[in-house]
Amino acid sequence: MPRITLEPRFQVEYLSILDSDGNLDTALEPKLAGEDLRALYRAMVLGRRLDERMVRLQRQGRIGTFAPIKGQEASQMGSAFTLRRIDWMVPSFRETAAMIWRGWPIEKLLLFFAGHLEGGQPALDQHDLPITIPVATQLPHAVGLAYAAQYRGDDVVVMAYFGDGATSEGDFHEALNFAGVWHVPVVFVCQNNQWAISVPLKKQTHSRTIAQKALAYGLPGIQVDGNDVLAVYAAAREAVDRARAGDGPTLIECVTYRLGVHTTADDPTKYRTAEEVAMWEQKDPLTRFRAYLEKRNLFEANVEQRIDAEIAEAVRRFESAPPADPLTMFDHVYAELPADLKAQREEMAAREPAAPASAGEPPMTPGPTPMRGQRLTRR
Amino acid sequence: MPKLNMVKALNLALFQAMERDADVLVLGEDVGVDGGVFRVTDDLQRKFGSQRVIDSPLAEAAIIGTAVGMALYGLKPVCEIQFSGFAFQCFHQIENHCARYRARSQGRFHIPMVIRMPYGGSVRALEHHSESEEQFYAHIPGLKMVIPSGPRNARALLAAAIRDPDPVIFFEAKALYHAAKEEVPEESETVPLGRAQVAREGSALTLIAYGAMVRVALEAADVLRDEDGVDAEVIDLLTISPLDRDALVTSVKKTGRAVVVHEAPRSFGAGAEIAASIMDGAFLSLEAPVRRVAAHDVPFVGFAREKANIPDVPRVVAAARATLAF
Repeated sequence: MPRITLEPRFQVEYLSILDSDGNLDTALEPKLAGEDLRALYRAMVLGRRLDERMVRLQRQGRIGTFAPIKGQEASQMGSAFTLRRIDWMVPSFRETAAMIWRGWPIEKLLLFFAGHLEGGQPALDQHDLPITIPVATQLPHAVGLAYAAQYRGDDVVVMAYFGDGATSEGDFHEALNFAGVWHVPVVFVCQNNQWAISVPLKKQTHSRTIAQKALAYGLPGIQVDGNDVLAVYAAAREAVDRARAGDGPTLIECVTYRLGVHTTADDPTKYRTAEEVAMWEQKDPLTRFRAYLEKRNLFEANVEQRIDAEIAEAVRRFESAPPADPLTMFDHVYAELPADLKAQREEMAAREPAAPASAGEPPMTPGPTPMRGQRLTRR
Repeated sequence: MPKLNMVKALNLALFQAMERDADVLVLGEDVGVDGGVFRVTDDLQRKFGSQRVIDSPLAEAAIIGTAVGMALYGLKPVCEIQFSGFAFQCFHQIENHCARYRARSQGRFHIPMVIRMPYGGSVRALEHHSESEEQFYAHIPGLKMVIPSGPRNARALLAAAIRDPDPVIFFEAKALYHAAKEEVPEESETVPLGRAQVAREGSALTLIAYGAMVRVALEAADVLRDEDGVDAEVIDLLTISPLDRDALVTSVKKTGRAVVVHEAPRSFGAGAEIAASIMDGAFLSLEAPVRRVAAHDVPFVGFAREKANIPDVPRVVAAARATLAF
């Protein structure tokens, strides 16, 4: 019997619309309103400026270790921009720009990186998961959220973020496989920033692209220039629309670069060359997008200064937050504190000095997730 | 009142939970068409459909991981891990996420899910089909660890676990699945998690057990009564964590002596925590050191040697006699 070709259709596309030299493919240029383009740029600059400020805050010991995003602003904002508030965003730990866009107050994120769990508490009306640190483990959660939304008949899309290193984890493959089998409305956004701490992509996978890994699970996968916000937006728009229409999940690989450190505890000069970094600096997502806006007369003067003022104000609010009350560590272990934990809390209360009166909000009572347009499915 | 074995009793609990709450879903390997390898989910898919009783792909981490996502959305998934020995492939999802989401999100989210797993010896199967791993889960803050000892409390505990707002690891002793039938009321019944029960009252010593070992402890108590004229109390923990320390302390204050029985290896097992709790709460009442009868600190031994490893009635009786003679 001869060998026959079973699947001749597999193809992986690469999408670029605005390249690093400023060349624009006008046929593919997304039809975004001027106000949307300005908002995108502001969010990207906010991501960059906050990142730089956070590195300084970390060096000064005012916040702890965190993962900077410098260079990945287009990958994050081009994708997150396609979500509505009722959609869900599932971050890993390097999505500051997208998280701020989604509604996390800056001071809350700073509080999180200063070691306060309060900073990881999404608002009741916010459809965002908190930062997840074990690599790729958030991806099955995204699939579960999407399954639940579909089960309830809600018009909701879930977008999940992860890096190139995550694609070596079992949870990545299991999540894509479940998403494919269940045909759920989820968009997987891989920020392929070339480095998983010190390990380059070529040591992470023997695949030519990450996008092609989707094909094995029966989903479309596309690779985009992750430093081209228009291309990321276009690919994400397509994927989100497809998910919303009931046509299932998509994997988007954003080819980008981590211009800074892995985390503030890392020294990248040990594993990569200055030339490589310089080469990627030429492809900075902000530079080319700014040139594009200038050409279209959409660039706003003083945008950096206004953003810096906004950040400074948030840093002030962050620094005026009340000190951590140790006794609250018992508040959110179980719905009801078991007897032994009550005793442990009392022991602590007896040895710790009385906490200063907290000016914070009253503790949140967990309840069912409010959902616009929700309908309960009875089966 | 119908007499049911534990499999049928658990099936009844699942059926009633799904009938009363559309947010309850069942998810796992072979739980749908096949009804589970032990038939605990038998017929549920036919009654509730394949969207609610999901034959998942074969991947423990994604079963638990996607269920976490469902729970974050407000559903109440009941997952089945086919054998507890396979749960290490989803242990990270349980420890990193099920147990922590309430704390991580400071109460914005909670994980109302149940993870059912058959555990323990007696099925004459290969490695990973007969171990007892409750201590791993009992050690994790944010989880509850429940092990019923018979059809009626299995049904009532599972019903309570599904209604519980926090994640519950629910171990089902394979040795008990078909061991005995009990009268189980048709109307829905729950018992509170976190409370031990006195399975037999006594005054000379306290035998503390859970799951399949409750039966062993009760038989040992019969032997002690018949052969030694000794009146042993048997405590059935039902919930391993949070541990009902008051029940242990109350009993040992009365008897002055305690023997803990479990199928898991002895060192760093639940028995150690139980003994420490007795020391904390009933030290001045103790007439003898708290003894532990447990599996040996060895990996899987194969079912040809299983009897020598898992506690049986003679070993419990011997430990009780040594404690009484101390």
